Amino acid sequence: MEKSPADLWRKVRSRYILLGNMCENCGARYFPPRLVCRNCGRNSKMKDLRFKGTGEIYSYTIIRSPPDGFEDLAPYTVALIKLDEGPIVEGHIVDNGKPVQIGTRVRAVLRRIYKEGDEGLIYYQYKFEPV
Amino acid sequence: MPKYRIKVEEIARVWGEDAESIKSGLNIFEKSVPGIDEDSATIAVEAARRAIKHAGIDASKIGAIYVGSESPPYAVKPTASIVAEAIDASPYAMASDLEFACKAGTDGMQIIAAEVLSGMIEYGMAIGSDTSQGRPGDALEYTASAGGAAFIIGKEKKEVIAEIIKTVSYVTDTPDFWRREGARYPSHGGRFTGEPAYFKHIINATQKLLEETGLKPSDFAYAVFHQPNGKFPMQVAKQLGFTEEQIKHGLLTPRIGNTYSGASMLGLAATLDVAKPGEKILVTSFGSGAGSDSFALEVKEPIEEKRYAIEAVEKMISEGKIYVDYATYLRNRGSIER
Amino acid sequence: MRDVAIIGVGLTKFGERWESGIKELMAEAGLAALEDANISSKDIDAIYGGSMTPGRFIGQEHVAALMADQLGLGNIPATRVENACASGGTALRQGYMAVASGMHDIVVVGGVEKMTDVSTGEATTALGGAGDQEWELFQGLTFPGLYALMARRHMHEYGTTEEQMAAVAVKNHENAYHNKYAQFHRRITIDDVLNSKMVADPLKLLDCSPITDGAAAIVLAPMDVAKKYNDTPILIAASEQASDTLRLADRESLTSIKAARIASQKAYEHAKVTPKDIDVAEVHDCFTIAEIIAMEDLGFFKKGEAAKAIEEGRTAINGDISVNTSGGLKGCGHPVGATGIKQAVEITWQLRGEAEGRQVAGAEIGLTHNVGGSGATAVVHILKRVN
Repeated sequence: MEKSPADLWRKVRSRYILLGNMCENCGARYFPPRLVCRNCGRNSKMKDLRFKGTGEIYSYTIIRSPPDGFEDLAPYTVALIKLDEGPIVEGHIVDNGKPVQIGTRVRAVLRRIYKEGDEGLIYYQYKFEPV
Repeated sequence: MPKYRIKVEEIARVWGEDAESIKSGLNIFEKSVPGIDEDSATIAVEAARRAIKHAGIDASKIGAIYVGSESPPYAVKPTASIVAEAIDASPYAMASDLEFACKAGTDGMQIIAAEVLSGMIEYGMAIGSDTSQGRPGDALEYTASAGGAAFIIGKEKKEVIAEIIKTVSYVTDTPDFWRREGARYPSHGGRFTGEPAYFKHIINATQKLLEETGLKPSDFAYAVFHQPNGKFPMQVAKQLGFTEEQIKHGLLTPRIGNTYSGASMLGLAATLDVAKPGEKILVTSFGSGAGSDSFALEVKEPIEEKRYAIEAVEKMISEGKIYVDYATYLRNRGSIER
Repeated sequence: MRDVAIIGVGLTKFGERWESGIKELMAEAGLAALEDANISSKDIDAIYGGSMTPGRFIGQEHVAALMADQLGLGNIPATRVENACASGGTALRQGYMAVASGMHDIVVVGGVEKMTDVSTGEATTALGGAGDQEWELFQGLTFPGLYALMARRHMHEYGTTEEQMAAVAVKNHENAYHNKYAQFHRRITIDDVLNSKMVADPLKLLDCSPITDGAAAIVLAPMDVAKKYNDTPILIAASEQASDTLRLADRESLTSIKAARIASQKAYEHAKVTPKDIDVAEVHDCFTIAEIIAMEDLGFFKKGEAAKAIEEGRTAINGDISVNTSGGLKGCGHPVGATGIKQAVEITWQLRGEAEGRQVAGAEIGLTHNVGGSGATAVVHILKRVN
């Protein structure tokens, strides 16, 4: 899933350090960050919020039929992680020999998510490692 | 350090070589293998994050970041900027990538030390990280591994866990080991990599350091030498007058392989995990091309309260290992792909 | 708002249509619908065409205008409708609104997808656009992966088993066997499903709807002139639609599609019926788990009880409620943009008594349920026979 350099760069801080945001008007927390609070609409007051990257597995699957570009990684485990701060985020699970099931505690680490062949860009993002 | 390991026996099996003679000849049993989604940048980031946790400082105070590697993900586009963003450092920090084979990480330490001493920056971080490759079937394949270490350097007395008393270098133009732009695997001069390269530079740098500090080998509790295999450090220690006891904590290659730019720094980190205040540590790295950086360090009081604030090196080396076979090793290294 | 009737329907054979490009598929279905309505192409006032991503599959956009062109409909307004896998159902609703409001009289709604000109990897990538490309597809989280996450959670919360999910595929293949338009005419067993290749744990190949070429078309008219064209006009008693967050991770629940619950509740209200009144339903079984969730979202079974009911055969043809008599997406095939229209075509045949070999006895009220992505869009229609 290729991205232009600009598109990739826009979300680099979210992808590297789980930078999301929160609405100071109602307290709702968001990852990924959004411009408009779901509750407050025009009264949104968004402020940067960095998430710790710790949480637990809410659901998971193992992708065996990958989309273009993910053939070298397949099969890989993708999960929905319920971050300790509340939001649920998608993420690959890093294989470290520990069991993967609903409820497993995880922490975020930086890994390569994709590379555009031999000459294109390399995309890095959080993945989650069972602790 | 990656969790995966491959044993000497497994590599020897594929190439029809005698595992026992390799193990005893090189003093190495297994080496670390990066995961398929790891590279020297992700390893550098993980090491950097742990260093920040260990130091207990705000990343925004880091004034400079240098990443030394000979296996950077890009030929042009720095790893240092990836690390900077990934630790949420200030965009006003200085940053660059360094290359000097296996001593690029310690080069960074020297530069940061100078910047801190001069008052140019308050804190700086030097990282050595590699996911080095050996040509399949080549002797280097048994030792070239993956790993990295990061040191944060500052001069606030109550934060310093080990003081750099003195550092010197010794550099000549020596073609012992190299890799051309675009070439996938490095080349080397076989036995030429020994005496005229590794030994000459480590000995010269270390002797200069001892001369300038007036210290003798016996003044040091520990010594860490660059470790391309498990044998050379023992031999050079002996030649310089250091004992096996002094080098044993910092000699990691037998169990994790040669992590190249990470090697001397990981050896130092493992040593710091056990060293006590007042003890001195000698570190001499070696980078092909060729050169050595030698450091005399004295351990300080603040080390006690920070001990094991992050995962100990010994734990990383010995726990949670996942063994892979040769085919999986090739796949993880990107040598074979769909 | 005046009553709207379906006066003609048409379908192409679904499957790997190597010899037909998108133009041929459109024309085949459109022509069949005009024939069925016994109406001239010159009498059509507007067309709404649903297709999810012809641009990525074959590099062709602007497909509603293409439909009007291919069928010789003249210079009528032609509008492409896209809501991922709910493109067809959404197109139907747009057409319904055009006629109900009095804006247009006779309207054609069509749906088409030509999916087999690209590789499986490319198709998987294209279909991934139904989700959030920035956070789901970007990480290689495919469409089957999203439903697998829902399945895993449904198994965790309600004890749903892989055998129960397999029962959906077995039933739908059985139904498809009798449908000459279906992609598959092959009966399968629970073991066949369980032994098929894993796509995204726990979903296996036979838990997943296939990649299919196909098109479907419907002619709509105001009810008060419908009898001129067809003896058994089918009333659109309700046409409701709802949306939800694009990312699965943002939903309130992984085990229910809120948009489907909202759309169906509004539909039942508007049509003045309850789930018990529905005789036959075409629901969106893009994956077997989706049919289980649909049964619960549509109120046919209580939460956590649908899987068992399906396993027991209560949703087979002439069971408590006949579900996916066409074979559903799994058995009949899933040319993405066409499915929502095809569902209404099948219900129309059922209500008219024209569903050869798979007729639900005495069917009078039917329901279609068309979902986009992992649930960001849901469109529910209730159709009634009026004489």
